[in-house]
Amino acid sequence: MRDRHGGPLAQLTLWRVREIFREPEALFWVFAFPVLLSIALGIAFRSRAPQALQVAVQDGPGAAALVAALDSAQGLRAEALDSVQAHEQLRTGRVALVVIPGTPIVFRFDSTRDESHLARLRAMNAIEAASGRRDVVAITDVKVTEKGSRYIDFLIPGLIGLNIMGTGMWGLGFGTVRMRTKNLLKRLLSSPMRKSHFLAAQIFARLVFLPLEVGAVLLFGVIVFGIPVRGSLISLAIIALLGAMSFAGLGLLTASRAKTIEGVSGLMNVVMVPMWILSGVFFSWSHFPDAIQPLIRALPLTALNDALRANLLDGASLASTVGLLAIVAAWGVVSFGVALKIFRWK
Amino acid sequence: MAVDGLDLEVRLGECFGLLGPNGAGKTTTVEVLQGLLTPDAGDVQILGMRWKTDERALRERLGTQLQETIFPDKLTVREVVTLFRSLYEHGTTVDEAIDAVALREKQNTWVKKLSGGQRQRLAIAAALVSDPELLFLDEPTAGLDPQSRHQLWDIIASLRERGKTVLLTTHYMDEAERLCDRVAVVDHGKVIALGTPRELIASLGAEHVVEFGVEDGVHLTEDALRELPGVEEVRIENGTTRITVRRVHEAVPALLGLLNDQGASLNQLATHHATLEDVFLHLTGRSLRDA
Repeated sequence: MRDRHGGPLAQLTLWRVREIFREPEALFWVFAFPVLLSIALGIAFRSRAPQALQVAVQDGPGAAALVAALDSAQGLRAEALDSVQAHEQLRTGRVALVVIPGTPIVFRFDSTRDESHLARLRAMNAIEAASGRRDVVAITDVKVTEKGSRYIDFLIPGLIGLNIMGTGMWGLGFGTVRMRTKNLLKRLLSSPMRKSHFLAAQIFARLVFLPLEVGAVLLFGVIVFGIPVRGSLISLAIIALLGAMSFAGLGLLTASRAKTIEGVSGLMNVVMVPMWILSGVFFSWSHFPDAIQPLIRALPLTALNDALRANLLDGASLASTVGLLAIVAAWGVVSFGVALKIFRWK
Repeated sequence: MAVDGLDLEVRLGECFGLLGPNGAGKTTTVEVLQGLLTPDAGDVQILGMRWKTDERALRERLGTQLQETIFPDKLTVREVVTLFRSLYEHGTTVDEAIDAVALREKQNTWVKKLSGGQRQRLAIAAALVSDPELLFLDEPTAGLDPQSRHQLWDIIASLRERGKTVLLTTHYMDEAERLCDRVAVVDHGKVIALGTPRELIASLGAEHVVEFGVEDGVHLTEDALRELPGVEEVRIENGTTRITVRRVHEAVPALLGLLNDQGASLNQLATHHATLEDVFLHLTGRSLRDA
């Protein structure tokens, strides 16, 4: 009589799925953590009216009139300070600009700070208007807030990418190293199990969680922040699937030799932290110098994040992101292949 | 641990014991036999096959319990056995394997809630589920309480009765004596004795050991002790003297007479049937626990 067990691949996959579902900590990191992170960052970077810039007017004849003119101007707040205080506050960044009354009026500011330049322009405008300037060109402002251009719209796809990377790397990395330290890999090796079945099962088990973890963050972003979903959901699923398989391969590679949990944690951080920073999760990678940008764009998380944003925010077709997806897939194929070769079973 | 020039032959249907102190090279030997380690030189033939050419076919027919394997904490007994069953083409049913180690009541319990003895029984169930022709058990009772050890012994004895070939490694001499048809005593990577437990004990030439100590100030010479009737071996260590004798009822009255003549009084006296422990002591000059 044969038991119904569905074969080795199914059983090996089921084993890992059960382990993860029975591990509350793992569930927290996969589902709750990204949602909490997007709440915190969504609140911190919520869209709002630009804050007024602080400027100081140095005490002296005419200071009171200047304070009145500047303080009533839009986007500026002014107060009178003695020269020592004014310079101190400029140095520490509390004020963006120090205005010294006299003829000519002197603007002191740090020319490397964007808000100082902005404060200078507003102050100049306010002082000239108060002094009776006539505008010669009529300008009308139309103010809009476009969905898809807010910080939260940038952030959510990045968090989805980050989550796909984290779950793949930690899940496979810790899982396999724990089996190694407990002699389980050796025990499995002494059975007729195929090594490729074992490694494939680790990746399949990881894919079971993919719809849930991507869905949780995406749904949260759509419901709470109203982020746009402009591309097709099927394309999105294919992008996420490729990303998950790629990072599962990378996780397997990272864990292929490590003998202890401490050892693999260190390696995981070496692999992941640079991507946290460089790959455009929290801010665009275009802030980094041109010289290293080709390198950044070759990273799997950069390509995955760019593909996710192209789909969600721009509604890009799968065909137009094929270059990005090729980068993601290449990382996965190479790391799985190398992992299979160098994997330590004992 | 290096193993050097170790020749063994395990016969079908027997329980063969590989016996020796920790670090003697037993686990290395077993891992070579299981194809987990490749020897630098030498030949291993199992069920007429070799690892190089017939690896998968061989693995189908072996069952393994490794030392210190820890199964996943949050799987149930039944899930673990089912997993291992799925790795083999042929085997027993999951229920049969669970029943063979008397874990039916615990079949839905997580591994982490099992006692040490129950975990070892689970390891044996996972080895039995392939219905193996040859079963490797590596220190199956290490670190267990006496009750769990006896329970495991019963399970292993029943395997032997069912005609399984078992290769058991252990550093417990009483375990080997009780379970094994034949044993090889291993020390420093070499076989130093081979035979049935009976034969090995008989090789001492005497079946009883008398241990005694005397009050300070009296010195008994080895020669004087050897003169006593039926004494085969004398060993004096840390104030305790061990003599191996053929017949206790002749040796002990003679010993008491000798002590009386010398005006010495005993502070301890004990006798026991010679065991494999005494064989090891005889062969190496060390007791197993010191080794």
